This record gives sequence, structure tokens and C-alpha cells, in this order.
Amino acid sequence: MVPTAHYLILSVILFFIGVLGVFVRRNAIVIFMCIELMFNSANLAFIAFARHLDSMDGQIFVFFVMTVAAAEAAVGLGIIIALYRNRETVNVDDINLMKW
Amino acid sequence: MEGLLFYGLAAIMVISSCMVILRKNPVHSALFLVLTFFCLAGLYLLLQAQFIAAVQIIVYAGAIMVLFIFVIMLLNLDNEVASESGHGVQKFWAMLLCIVLAVSFVSIMTARVFTGEKGDFPPGVVNTVGNSEVIGKLLFTEYLLPFEIASVLLLAAILGAIILAKKKL
Repeated sequence: MVPTAHYLILSVILFFIGVLGVFVRRNAIVIFMCIELMFNSANLAFIAFARHLDSMDGQIFVFFVMTVAAAEAAVGLGIIIALYRNRETVNVDDINLMKW
Repeated sequence: MEGLLFYGLAAIMVISSCMVILRKNPVHSALFLVLTFFCLAGLYLLLQAQFIAAVQIIVYAGAIMVLFIFVIMLLNLDNEVASESGHGVQKFWAMLLCIVLAVSFVSIMTARVFTGEKGDFPPGVVNTVGNSEVIGKLLFTEYLLPFEIASVLLLAAILGAIILAKKKL
């Protein structure tokens, strides 16, 4: 059996690829995809621990995380469409009205 | 065999998720993200989470990514592709930060031996009745309240998405 630590290392690598994508990309839709990537790496850690501890709770948690991610994707993409309608762009450099 | 599958899927996942952030075209990013999600479903199967693997393919690779691609097609992003350049300093520090944090997380995870009280569901017990049945029973007994709250959350998300995407209220 593959050790749990390897699954967790993969999860960390995926999470930080997602973080890096949020930092370096300017397109709001791609930034959104990177957030989904981070959700999924957290899910992988949940399932790896659930398998490690012979528990079902981790899988139930992943189910709820997926529900929240679906809701977040729907609302977030709605916001992006509304933004594009008003500003004709999804570049986050041009959408900085609330930036400090 | 299991190790071979794990390392193969892990390699595909890391490469395709790197492609998600490296490709300039958002459609390519979305398709590589779909590939990542499929490999993740394979890993869930290796971890004896069959129900979650099916949900991963149906909800993530199916519903959510179709929504993403639909929005990309809806918006005209041709002039956005060129605007990714610049911010060299920010990219350098972001890379440095991510590498340092990832290395420190990995060193913590390899230094620890994970212990804990074993639960009631080893794979042998779960496989006698089936993974979905166990999850279904738990969802409708122990986790009934979070399940109902999740349905309310989805309703709120549906309403929010419609109101946000509408032209006029």
C-alpha cells in the first residue's frame, strides 16, 4: 500500500500549484480554476486521512466540500459574467476599484 | 501495481495542473483541469472511496467544468490572452513563497508518523455492504442536519447565480 504521507505530499504540491496560479495569473476565470485546484487538494488530504484512520467521516466531509465548491463556482461565475458585462474585461489588473 | 498506478496518476496530475497555470489560453487550462480531476478520481478509487470518485467525475469533471467552459465561451476573451505579461517581481516572489512553503509542509509531513484512533470502517467491513450504502446511511442519520443545510446552501447559490447573471433585476 502507498504510504499516507505520499498522498499528503501530492496534496501539498497541488495546493501550492493552485496558490502560485492565483498569484501569477491575471485572468479571473483561470484564478477561479486555481481555487478549484486548491479545493481538490484539500479533498485528497481528507480522503487520504479517512483511509489511514479507517473512518468514513473524511469522505462525508469531502461530499460537503464538493457541495460548497459547486455553490461557489455558480455564484463566482455569475459575478464574473456581471463584471464582464459592466467592464468588458476579466483581467484582475483592471478590476481594482476595491483594492487598497 | 497499486504503487505504479499511484505514481503514474500523481505524475500526470502534477504535470497537468502545472499546465493549468502555464497555458495562456483559458480553454486549454480548463481542459487540463478536467484531466487533473479525472486522475484525482483514480486516486480516490485507490483510496477505497468509490462513491466520492463517482461524484468527482460527475460533479467536478462534469458539471462544474462544463460551467467554466460555458462561461469562457460566453465571454469574448481573445484580447485577454495577451494581457498576462508583466508583474515580473510579483511572479518571482510568488514562486519563492510557494516553494518555501511547499518544502516546509512536505518536511513536516515526512517527519511525522500519523497516528490516531482507528475508526469503525476498515475497507473489509465497508466492502461487504458497499461504499455508497455506508455513506448514504451516515448522511441520513449522523449527518442529517449538515445535509439539509447543504441543500439550503445550494438553493441560495442557485438564486444568487440567477440574480447576478441577470441583465436587469
